[in-house]
Amino acid sequence: MAIKDRMSGNEAVAYAIKQVNPDVMPAFPITPSTEIPQLVSNYIANGEMDTEFIPVESEHSSMSATVGAESAGARSLTATSSCGLALMWEELLVAASNRLPLVLALVNRTLSGPININCDHSDSMGARDTGWIQIYAENNQEAYDNFIQAYPIAEDPRVHLPVMVCQDGFITSHAVQNILLEEDDKVKEFVGEYKPEEFLLNPGKPMAVGPYSVSNYAMEAKYNQEKAMENSGKVILEVAERFKKTFGRGFGFFEEYKTDDAEYIMLIMGSAAGTAKQAVDDLRAKGMKVGVLKLRVFRPFPADEIAKALSGCKAVAIMDRTESYNGHGGPLSSEVPAALFRNKVNIEAVSYIYGLAGRDFMVETAYEIFEELRDVVENGKKVKQHRYIGLRTREEQ
Amino acid sequence: MRTDISKINEQSPAEDLTEGLMIFAGGTARDFKTGEWRTSTPIFDEEKCKQCLLCAPVCPDGCIPVKEGRREAFDLDHCKGCGICVKACPFGAIDMVEGMGV
Repeated sequence: MAIKDRMSGNEAVAYAIKQVNPDVMPAFPITPSTEIPQLVSNYIANGEMDTEFIPVESEHSSMSATVGAESAGARSLTATSSCGLALMWEELLVAASNRLPLVLALVNRTLSGPININCDHSDSMGARDTGWIQIYAENNQEAYDNFIQAYPIAEDPRVHLPVMVCQDGFITSHAVQNILLEEDDKVKEFVGEYKPEEFLLNPGKPMAVGPYSVSNYAMEAKYNQEKAMENSGKVILEVAERFKKTFGRGFGFFEEYKTDDAEYIMLIMGSAAGTAKQAVDDLRAKGMKVGVLKLRVFRPFPADEIAKALSGCKAVAIMDRTESYNGHGGPLSSEVPAALFRNKVNIEAVSYIYGLAGRDFMVETAYEIFEELRDVVENGKKVKQHRYIGLRTREEQ
Repeated sequence: MRTDISKINEQSPAEDLTEGLMIFAGGTARDFKTGEWRTSTPIFDEEKCKQCLLCAPVCPDGCIPVKEGRREAFDLDHCKGCGICVKACPFGAIDMVEGMGV
């Protein structure tokens, strides 16, 4: 039986870590993810788990130590946010290219500058091409559920890639919500024991991790890594299916909220999807056919599935919670239209930037966006692409 | 899934390479003939050599094999031609020549 409780997102992830009881956790504190290693340290000090916790001097070191521990054969993880992730940059690529199935609990926070501690997706989006699987949560329950699914995905022999389990800084990490926790033995059974076939601390079976590669081999290695990322899609869905059978809560690459007959869809990631759903309920009560596509899995990018899911609507609002500084739009507003174009899905697509550095995303703002989409379709309104919403400019005021 | 690196070469398709190009085997450097990177080569003059063995431990690539207290000919399959042995020899028994030395 699941246990009803109330927890913050950080508490939920720390609780999942306790239940999984991995072998090694090197970590360095950074707002807003600090509580995760802090709570894990408490669990260890209280004898509730026996993970080897390594306090390190920086995030460069925490990811390096996680890579080292995972190579040695230990199920390993770390947690971080924002600049911490940026400092791990080199090791993120090392972890993925060495095909290490480690896990990172990321609490999304903006990157400097201006220096700010609140939520946007610029940290994980900046790491979008480092070869990590990225899974995003709308609420604390999903942060907990996604963490439990992370190792079974990462350690699958068809994948062998690291997984970043993302949740929104403060909005989910610090807000307390009702949550269903699963029983320890059921979680342990679901995640299973880690039994790597090859690892460094394996007497009599020497191996080399991360050897230098000349050009004659490196491109093939990168291709194999990309193939593993492609394969991971199938595994993510299989693990989600098993999770549903075991615990009753279902997941896919994305959640389609009232999209079946929707004419206007908002594509959004993370906690703001909850706000968008409220706007959908309100607008549907007034007869407007609207829906939300909440993207859960950003890497691998489910391009064909997104295109199919959007193919029945008239217009989509693509919501980016980060800036790409390319004069064109955020990452989703580049990748989603590419998916639509390749699949010959010819709908209106408007890209928006919202919620940078913790700026609130309001239900009223979501109304405006849906109404703008309708204006585009019905009245041929020419809208500005890559528009910042909730921004103070002379023009907007 | 131990790796037989003698079966992997520059013509191997991607499917035959290991994950992350990890090598599941030990001592494979012996099979990797790095001596071809060399642009100059040490020449050993056995007549002048007093078998003091100062050269063998300073070689960064372990290319001066020692057996029963006597050094043998250079292992040119792995020698990079750095010339450190020349500087270490007190008796002028090693000379560097341009090229691969063959």
